[in-house]
This record gives sequence, C-alpha cells and structure tokens, in this order.
Amino acid sequence: MECYLDNAATTCCRKEVVEIMNQVMLCDYGNPSSLHKKGMDAEAYIKQGKEQIAKVLKVKEKELYFTSGGTEADNLAIIGAALANKRNGNHLITSVIEHPAVLEAMDYLKEQGVEITYLPVNKMGCIESDQLRKALREDTILVSIMHTNNEIGSIQPIAELGEIIKEYNPSILFHVDAVQGFGKSKIYPKKMNIDLLSVSGHKIHGPKGSGFLYISEKTKVKPLLFGGGQQLGIRPGTENVPAIAGLMVAVTQIYQDMDTCLNNLRFLKERLATGLLEIEQVFLNGYDPQNDAVHILSVSILGIRSEVLLHALEERGIYVSSGSACASNKPAHSKTLKALGLPKDLLESTLRFSFSVFTKQEDIDYTLQVMKELVPSLRRFTRV
Amino acid sequence: MFKAFLIKYAEIGVKGKNRYLFEDALVSQIRYSLKQIDGTFKVHKTAGRIFVEALSDFDTDEAIEQLKTVFGIAGICPVVILEDEGFEALSEEVVTYMERVHPEKNKTFKVMARRSRKNYALDSMEINNKLGGVILRAFPEMKVDVHNPEIYLNVEIREKIYIYSQVIPGPGGMPVGTNGKAMLLLSGGIDSPVAGYMIAKRGVQIEAVYFHAPPYTSERAKQKVADLAQLISRYTGPIKLHVINFTEIQLYIYEKCPHEELTIIMRRYMMRIAEQIAKESGCLGLITGESIGQVASQTLHSLACTDEVCELPVYRPVIGFDKQEIVDISLKINTYETSILPFEDCCTIFVAKHPVTKPNLKIIQHHENNLEESIDQMMERAVHTRQIIQTV
Repeated sequence: MECYLDNAATTCCRKEVVEIMNQVMLCDYGNPSSLHKKGMDAEAYIKQGKEQIAKVLKVKEKELYFTSGGTEADNLAIIGAALANKRNGNHLITSVIEHPAVLEAMDYLKEQGVEITYLPVNKMGCIESDQLRKALREDTILVSIMHTNNEIGSIQPIAELGEIIKEYNPSILFHVDAVQGFGKSKIYPKKMNIDLLSVSGHKIHGPKGSGFLYISEKTKVKPLLFGGGQQLGIRPGTENVPAIAGLMVAVTQIYQDMDTCLNNLRFLKERLATGLLEIEQVFLNGYDPQNDAVHILSVSILGIRSEVLLHALEERGIYVSSGSACASNKPAHSKTLKALGLPKDLLESTLRFSFSVFTKQEDIDYTLQVMKELVPSLRRFTRV
Repeated sequence: MFKAFLIKYAEIGVKGKNRYLFEDALVSQIRYSLKQIDGTFKVHKTAGRIFVEALSDFDTDEAIEQLKTVFGIAGICPVVILEDEGFEALSEEVVTYMERVHPEKNKTFKVMARRSRKNYALDSMEINNKLGGVILRAFPEMKVDVHNPEIYLNVEIREKIYIYSQVIPGPGGMPVGTNGKAMLLLSGGIDSPVAGYMIAKRGVQIEAVYFHAPPYTSERAKQKVADLAQLISRYTGPIKLHVINFTEIQLYIYEKCPHEELTIIMRRYMMRIAEQIAKESGCLGLITGESIGQVASQTLHSLACTDEVCELPVYRPVIGFDKQEIVDISLKINTYETSILPFEDCCTIFVAKHPVTKPNLKIIQHHENNLEESIDQMMERAVHTRQIIQTV
C-alpha cells in the first residue's frame, strides 16, 4: 500500500492539469508575445488563468504576475518592494517561523543594510498582535508574515495583523506568503489589507515551476529579472504557458466544492490526531482544531529519532516528513519547532503528516495501525 | 594537432618473463578506459611500448584525463604524426610544433632523433644537428643543452614521422587485474574509497561490500555508497557492490551485548560476513579504510580484536595516514564531496558515549556467546538476501 502523507512538501498533479499541459506543449506551443495566431492561442491561456485566479481571490487580473513558484514570488515581493520603497524607510518586519524563501531574502537585504525585526511566536506557533504593534516603526516599509506555517500548520491572524499595520501607517506594505494557505483557507487580499500575496502551484496539485504573486494596484515593486518586457517588465521572460495553464486548472479545481473538501480534511486530521494520542508519550505541536490548518499535523514521538521513524514508515509505503533534518554529523534543528520552545528530545523526534484532497480514511487508518506497531518496537532501540 | 599517445610505463618494464602479461593487461585497461569517451582508438604494443592512435576525431584533453586514470601508466606523451614529405617539410613542421606546444621559449632543449627506417637520407646524428639548427634560427632565445635539457624533442622516423616532447604524468601503479581480487568494506566515509583506490593502484581488482541498516540508515545513504563505488570505478574498473541488510544483526547485538562493546562486536560480524562473500567471489583479501587511533574501533587493540575473526589478510592502505593525508587523496580522486554528504552510516547509529578502546578479546568472545542462539541464521539470511549493485 502506498500512502502519501507529505502533501505539504508537494502534491501529485491532477489528471486534468496534466491534460491541459499536454495540449499546450504539443499543440498550443506558440510564444504568447508572437503576433500570429499561434501566439494568440497561447496568450489566451494566460488571460484565462488570470481571470480564474482573480475571481477566486476577488482581485483584478492586472494585479497578478506569474512566477516560477513560491520562492520567486516571495523574493520578488520582499526584495522588489524593499528596493522600490527605499525612500519610505529602511525597516522590515517578519517572523521567526517564516519559510527560508522569506528568511533568506531578508538576510540578503540585511547584508544590504536594511534593518529587520523578527517577531516571536507563542507556544501555538502564532504571532501575537501586541508583538507586531511594538515592532512597527516610522521607517517600516514592509511586513511579511506567512498565512499557514509549513511545519506545524499554525494559521496567523492575517486580517487582524493587516488592520494593525494599516492603522499604524497605511503606506506600510503587507506581504503574505500563502504557499501553504492558498486553497486550504479562504484568503481575500482586499479585505485583509494584503498588498502582496505569494502562491505556489505544486502545493495544490498543479505543476512544479508554477506560481504567482499578487501585487495590489497601488503597490510599487522593482523587478529582479530583466528582459523582454513581459508581464509589464515586473517579471520578464517568455511566460511558462504550460505551467500557467496547469496552475489555472489546479486553482479552479481546488475551489470547487471547497467546503466539503476542507471538512473532510479536518475529519481526517482529527482522526489521525486522536489515534496517535493513544500511543504513549506522543505530543501534537501547534494543534488547535478551531484555528489551525486542516492539512498539516505535527507530531513529536518521544524516544525515536524522526529520521528512523520516517524510514521505517517508508518501508511500509507511508511517506511523511521529518520535522527537522538531522543526521548525527550535521544537527540542524527546525527553527520553527525551536521557536515553539520544544525541548531538544522532542525536536529530534518530530514528524509532519500532511494531507490532500486525495487522502482517504483508509490511509489514515493504515497509518495509525502501522504507527501503533512501529513506535513501541523502535523505542526498544535507542542511542545511549 | 595530436593524433596519438605514446604510453610510458615504469614498473612493469622491469618484470621478467611474465612482462607480457602486464603489458597485455595494460593494453586492455587502456582500451576499456577509452571506450568511455568519444572517438575510436587503436591501442597496440610495439617494441616495448604502447601506442594509442586515434582513428577518428577526439578531444585531446578528454583523452589525456581518461588515460590519467589507468593504473600502470607512468607517462602520457601526446604525439604528432606526419607524412614524410622531405626534410624541408619536416623542418617547417618542427618549428610549428615548437611554436604551439612550447609557447614559453626561454628554455633549453635537445633533439633526440631515432631512425627505424634506415633508408632515410639522414642518420640520427645528422637529424639532431640539422633540426637543432632550424629551431635555434626560428627561436633565438632557445638554447641547446645536451646533458640536462628542459625539453626533449623526440623525432622518430618510421613509415611516418612521429614528434613528441611532453610527458604528462600518469597515475603510476600496475594495471588492474594483474594482482588478483580483494573485497573492499565500503562505507559512506572519506577513508574507504581512498583505501580501495590505493589497493587497486597496485593492480588489484576490487569488489565491495556495504552494510545497510534500514530504517536507521536511509536509501540516500545507500545511494551515496553506490555513487562512491561509481566514482572509484573510474580507476578500478567496474565494481560489484554487495549491499548487506545488517539491521537484524545490529539490533540483536544491541539487545544481547554490553553497550560499550557494540561497535567492536558489530565490526567483527561485518568482517565475518565480508570474508564469507569474499571467499565466494574468489577474493584473496579484505580491504578497509581504517587508520590507527582515528576512532575507538581503530586502536591497535580494537584492530587486533577485529582481525581475529578472519582468515583472509586484511589490507589497510591508509593505516599510517593522518586524516588530512587521506582527505588530500580523496580530493584528488574526486570522492571527497560525495563522502561528506551528511547521511548517517550504520556504525554511528547506536554508538555508545564511551565505547571500549582497549577491548579484551577474551571478554568480547565471551559476550559473543550471548548471540549463539540466532546469529548464524541471521548471518546466513544477511548474506543470502544481499542486493548486488553493478557500477556502469
């Protein structure tokens, strides 16, 4: 039995996504900038893609820019906005639990002399609004906060944070990395005071190498790439039409029946969480059924190194992630888990289970059965 | 410009009556090695040397790099081949050759002509003199030094004319396959690939064994070892890698023996298994990457304790090397970057905080008695279910 529970890492492509990409690559392969019909046919996919995405986010089509994925969208949003708004200040705010695509972009700006404030999180992996209030300054130009944390699934109070920022100073930009949140929560940039929003295609059953950045009409961003002027010069380069077409289908599909799917994901997550808690010395991280992500469950299993359990599950066809990549000769603990204040023995013993619309109840039950069998036997053998 | 290579070999030149065996092995190793690059080559023995002639277009640098991996080659001379169109033409070609091959002209040289076609108009001494004069006129800053020149310009007159002057050092050693076969205990670390390389350099064919301990070691760790085998196979020729699932044995030792002896007892079982496979495959020895005192299992006491379980000799070519010396070789043979990838190997997963450094053989043997009940079956199962990976 194969049981893929690593959907926060990536998801399988939907059949319909692959079909439309095939169509684009084999038939409608024109360059969207070409003047002839072949070019127009290709351009139609881009237009349609923007329409679809604009509809679900309730934004304008011209506010969407296709990128190579979440990393590029985050980089373009943060570095591009920092460069374009230098005159307004030299201070950015982010959190300690962001994805490396945000943190590394921040590090790059720090080297260029920009000041960065990192907001802490509470035990549930959430930013407290007071912390943001305290961090805002006259020279703050951008705040970047993720919607859903990729390691523990905590959801940040985005609307509340947006309000605080704009109340303090409407010209401070608000960037939200929604790579994990898009398609799992309802996100409306205009209502939530979001100026920049990053989304990746391969987390929602679209192709790798696809994604987009929403840039609100009045937000100024400088490009990081230079070329033939495509996408208003903000993101030049011949558009990746197959990826855009695939992304469009993925977005459309994930918004169909969304409530039913989310309820089902919640049900599966609860089932796994409840079942795992029946095993001794198992702890859930950032678990909050009222408010956390429906598709990510972070679990610490005391006494077993996460990599060992991961590989033992792999032998039985179950694919998950370890909370922290850690080998004996290269300890690298997860920043997010550390930020939650997890003790070292739990840090080294954390697994992430993540689900998708294709996850079935059988997968969860099989996983529980395997876990209940593996955990006690692996606990017999530990490094002393 | 170059159309052939003259291959110099040092050590096999002094072999006695079986010298032809070594030469033939070298010829076949060169053929095998050149098959892996673009171009068609003819490799043949003539009068106490080996000639590699290109029958098609090829990339000179790529061919030289490839020849540098063939053990037994002491030097590689890139050769220019000319049709005999008279001495005038030869003089011009020699000037062009010097121009291109030795752009730095402030050097001493000596012409060394050989005339195996005796009907050539000039004899060797005359060719030396005349060509020397031609070169001096073309490049006045060059000087002749007949005793200790910086450049030996060889001109051989046969059916065609062969010109060469550079000797690019080869790896030395002896052709693989002239000295039997041995079993390398290959881990994912820095030392064992180097040990395999060093023994292969003496003409020994290599097989390898890796101890895999899922789920404690990952598929990626196994892939890393297969990659290392692939990297050294560039020198050693194809390697058959035996992957042993060692988990069951390791956990059994963990449960039955004192913790601080886990590593040493584990090593003893690895040696036993390696030896069994080695004997089946006709290997005449085991090879490990151990170096005295590097870790607890590599003290003299521990090594003696490990060796006690096997009959075959255990070769440890890096035994007296410091870590840095081993690293230097691994950098040279291009295994270092792969070796330092951070995947856990099975020796470290259960390692005790204070493993024994001076194991007492009697006590170790005594504790191994605890394993009597099942260990033989487990070893048999491990050998029987091994996976074999062949390098390409």
